[in-house]
Amino acid sequence: MKVLVGIGGADDSLDALEESVRRAVDTGDELTVAVVENPESDRDPGELVTEAEAALADAGLPENVRELSGDAGSSLVELAEAEDFDQIVLGGGHRSPMGKIKLGHIAEFVLLNARTSVKLVRDDAG
Amino acid sequence: MPGERAYPETVAGEFPEPPVSFTDREDRDVAVRVFEDSDAEGVDELVAMYDDFDPADRAQGVPPVGEDRVREWLETLLEQDGFNVVAWHGDEVAGHATLVPDDETTYELAIFVHQSYQGAGIGTQLIEALLGYAQANGAELVWLSVERWNRPAVALYEKVGFETASAESFEMEMAIRLN
Repeated sequence: MKVLVGIGGADDSLDALEESVRRAVDTGDELTVAVVENPESDRDPGELVTEAEAALADAGLPENVRELSGDAGSSLVELAEAEDFDQIVLGGGHRSPMGKIKLGHIAEFVLLNARTSVKLVRDDAG
Repeated sequence: MPGERAYPETVAGEFPEPPVSFTDREDRDVAVRVFEDSDAEGVDELVAMYDDFDPADRAQGVPPVGEDRVREWLETLLEQDGFNVVAWHGDEVAGHATLVPDDETTYELAIFVHQSYQGAGIGTQLIEALLGYAQANGAELVWLSVERWNRPAVALYEKVGFETASAESFEMEMAIRLN
């Protein structure tokens, strides 16, 4: 399966990367990591690219990492359609002090606009 | 995100402080009392209310399902420096409302009324007593998130004085200023 995982630096997006790498090693998924600009995160996109490449290399996977510019949600949806991805993988949201799950804005946009399937990765420990 | 939340500028009126006793619309005698912490007497009754809670009434993943997860979640809530009130019908817990600190002056609110006690006016008394308790203890700002299709909940929050603080996401946020 051709999988596009979108990361913007929020903790849940890094969980999504970790889970996708683990799955790709097990299943042979063809994995591409898209680094997007998440206004809700302070992480530097350049550093995220380096981290993602290292995570792929450590797992023995090809270092397919792209840095997308512009609006994160729409650039992910566009890339997935233009290059026939089967699935977009994103972080499954963070928890409020109360423990309520709240999806990130990128995930909300992608869920409503993608033509591909979308997978949200949730860290059960959260 | 906290930065996008707009709090009302006007301070809300004074809310009643617990304990509050009343007869609900089904003629049951109900008392809303402060619930101190996880060692407090009654924690097993509170766990029982959540363990029996209809999963269809969960919101954004809370309350969790299963006694162990409920206990763990409640411990996390109760050990924080927030505010908790419980509505009692005799020895049975009818509902629970909680404020969990976000920072020193800001709290997130949640309220749960067991299915056998819904629609009897208990939610209003519970939330007002919780806000009265927090107000008397200097809490300034309270916010909550609610699924926007949950009309009865939104109506309850509006009646008490919450205003829409952010409506850009799947869930809307509402807020009130207590002090």
